[in-house]
Amino acid sequence: MVRDSLGVGLATGLYGASFGAVAVGSGLSVAQTCVLSLVMFTGASQFALVGVLAGGGTPLASAMAALLLGSRNTLYGLRIGPLLGWRGSRRLAVAQLVIDESTAMSLTRPDRSLARVGFLTTGLSIFVLWNLFTLVGAVAGEALGDPESYGLDAAVGAAFLGLLWPRLTDPVNRGVALAAAALALALVPVTSPGIPVLAAGGVALLVGSRSRHVDPTELPEARR
Amino acid sequence: MTIWMAVIGAGIGCYLLKVAGLSMPPSVLEHPVVERVADLIPVALLAALVAVQVFATGSSLAVDARLAGLATALVLLLLRAPFLVVVFGAALVAALIRLWT
Repeated sequence: MVRDSLGVGLATGLYGASFGAVAVGSGLSVAQTCVLSLVMFTGASQFALVGVLAGGGTPLASAMAALLLGSRNTLYGLRIGPLLGWRGSRRLAVAQLVIDESTAMSLTRPDRSLARVGFLTTGLSIFVLWNLFTLVGAVAGEALGDPESYGLDAAVGAAFLGLLWPRLTDPVNRGVALAAAALALALVPVTSPGIPVLAAGGVALLVGSRSRHVDPTELPEARR
Repeated sequence: MTIWMAVIGAGIGCYLLKVAGLSMPPSVLEHPVVERVADLIPVALLAALVAVQVFATGSSLAVDARLAGLATALVLLLLRAPFLVVVFGAALVAALIRLWT
């Protein structure tokens, strides 16, 4: 199990290099990119922040998009909190490690001690490697120069699709994804950059509060 | 608000969202609306980010090499390629198209 967790850690950590390169290509400094990986430490939110900035959105809109995406970690914490059973200062210390992969690698464990081992080995190995490869990607991205000639702007869209992909198995989710994408595109010409993405969150609010269909919490699967 | 403020502020905010999840009683999840909305937010936001990232240039919409990059990503995802291959494969195709056109 420790080997599984380290494998997930390595695969995820490596893709920190793509975040580093994309962030620098979007106009962040190497220092800003590395601080994001250290303090925010949740991939989708980090990509959202740099994506909105790259599209000309304001820093405020980029922060809002990152926070909205970060709210799914609250959901994960609610699920794994009772399982892990940490309290007080230890809880504050491990909280930073609550992300898709560490949640996936602890939820399926039969008891508390194995859940803790899965959570910590996955979370810590990703934390170390994600930050290390963010730096590598950022430095490499800065050395490369013009991001467009290397297609780094296209890489951002691909990264978002990759993050969305595992959630598209559910038909309700597919409908929400299409409606959100269509709404965002319709708003692009009439609002300032960054706003279309935030407005698309309204589709989630509308469908989530209206539908009667019982939807079990989607738990992340470990990335290959 | 500067970029640094967004980086630090949203970073700390994301950490506090994680702490909140570990600290709140699990009964919060017994409200089905809360759970459904929280589940759908990443789907809606990520889909919007894909669309805007690929088609928007400032306040106008355009079809360019980024769409070929997205199509490449789609094919690679269907082939179950790892995330890193998907991202850099899309970048490579977009870069090659720009080189040749």
